Amino acid sequence: MTRESFRKHIKELEKEVTEMGEMVITAINRSIEALKALDASEAKRIIADDANINKKRWDIEEQCINLIATQQPVASDLREIIAVLNIVTDLERMGDHAEGIGKIVILHGKEPLIKPLVDIPRMAEISVDMLKRSIDAFLKRDAQAAKAICSEDDHVDLLHDQVYRVLLAYMLENPKTITRATYLIWTAHNLERIADRVTNICERIVFLVEGTAPELNVSRY
Amino acid sequence: MENESTVETQDLNLYYGDFRALNDVNIKIPGRNITAIIGPSGCGKSTLLRCFNRMNDLIENVKVQGKINIEGRNILELETDLIFLRKKVGMVFQRPNVFDLSIYNNLKFGLRIHRMLSDKNQIMQAIQNGLEQVNLWQELKDKLRKNARSLTLEQQQRLCIARVIILKPDIILLDEPCSALDPIATLRIEELLRILRYEYTLVIVTHNMQQAARVSDYTGFMYLGQLIEFGKTNQIFTNPREKLTENYISGYFG
Repeated sequence: MTRESFRKHIKELEKEVTEMGEMVITAINRSIEALKALDASEAKRIIADDANINKKRWDIEEQCINLIATQQPVASDLREIIAVLNIVTDLERMGDHAEGIGKIVILHGKEPLIKPLVDIPRMAEISVDMLKRSIDAFLKRDAQAAKAICSEDDHVDLLHDQVYRVLLAYMLENPKTITRATYLIWTAHNLERIADRVTNICERIVFLVEGTAPELNVSRY
Repeated sequence: MENESTVETQDLNLYYGDFRALNDVNIKIPGRNITAIIGPSGCGKSTLLRCFNRMNDLIENVKVQGKINIEGRNILELETDLIFLRKKVGMVFQRPNVFDLSIYNNLKFGLRIHRMLSDKNQIMQAIQNGLEQVNLWQELKDKLRKNARSLTLEQQQRLCIARVIILKPDIILLDEPCSALDPIATLRIEELLRILRYEYTLVIVTHNMQQAARVSDYTGFMYLGQLIEFGKTNQIFTNPREKLTENYISGYFG
């Protein structure tokens, strides 16, 4: 077998993507916990920690560029590196959405939540699960799994609609809730975008495996 | 005209004695494009190239079966005029093979053999055109009496290409035309090939996969005498259909 060192670099890259995925999952989970507890100091830490995710993205991108420049990858090796470049961009943006939820926690302040959180944690749970499995599908080159994960985005979209409707009712009933309800709508929007970005990753996996990039699930937002 | 196939083989087999060097090769080479033939050493790519102007006839114990149609005629038929064939299907080799003659006489040689032009002015005009097409005219117009061997390797290779062009071929075969050249000269020759493709059908055999990817429009991958895959170069290098092609171009064997 030739190109052993190149394969080693590719494996290293896959490991880094996995690590970055875990960092993003942690950020999303922490942001929802901070929202539930209205914990502003934790929110500040989440915002500060997003810099690590951004740095990771640039580190991985640099490795990709080095591999392209020095190893002249073609065919599926090239598609993998291009896929990684796109995946880390999506992961980085997901990190930004978690950071966005952190900022909402700070804006929300000490006033109590207008209602107990049900659908929002559920949205986060599904999005995180989709993300975990998409990274797994990437490592296993599993295009079928990637396609299946994409279709789950509809569930997150439905929950988003539901959150929106419920909060609209609160706002109509009592205009004093408008600010806090809006914060929660933003939160739901951030989570909805995270799930959309998971579908981007899944499209990249299909591209990596099959060599073509289909639009798997067109988000309604 | 663009994509019309100019060279087409049908069940082409070639034996060196008992060794089957080409195994049922069916290839359609599109006109006015660059087609690269790649594959590991001994896969038959040079053998295939040499079939297109019957250079293999010069080797003893060669047996060829099947058909090679060039512009609708099977060139393997007995009545094929080989001198005319090699004029129409020119060849450039790995090492520049200039004759130990002046630049002028190197270029005039083919014209004389093929009795193409006798008028001195016409010959001079043809030589100028030939050198212009390979970007050598400005450099060499005042040195035409110099021995061609005094030129740099790149200039010699350009001269070899001019020597082919001057005979107005339809097809130019290039067997590793840059392997004796440095990287910069290689890139300049590749640029030249990209321009020549508008007028000629070029078939290039190369060991250098990056060169095939850079320069060609179509790529054929050969392995153990068989044409494993043929397609647009972009497709071959981004999404080959055959696992064997993928492994070869990715550098996992060969």
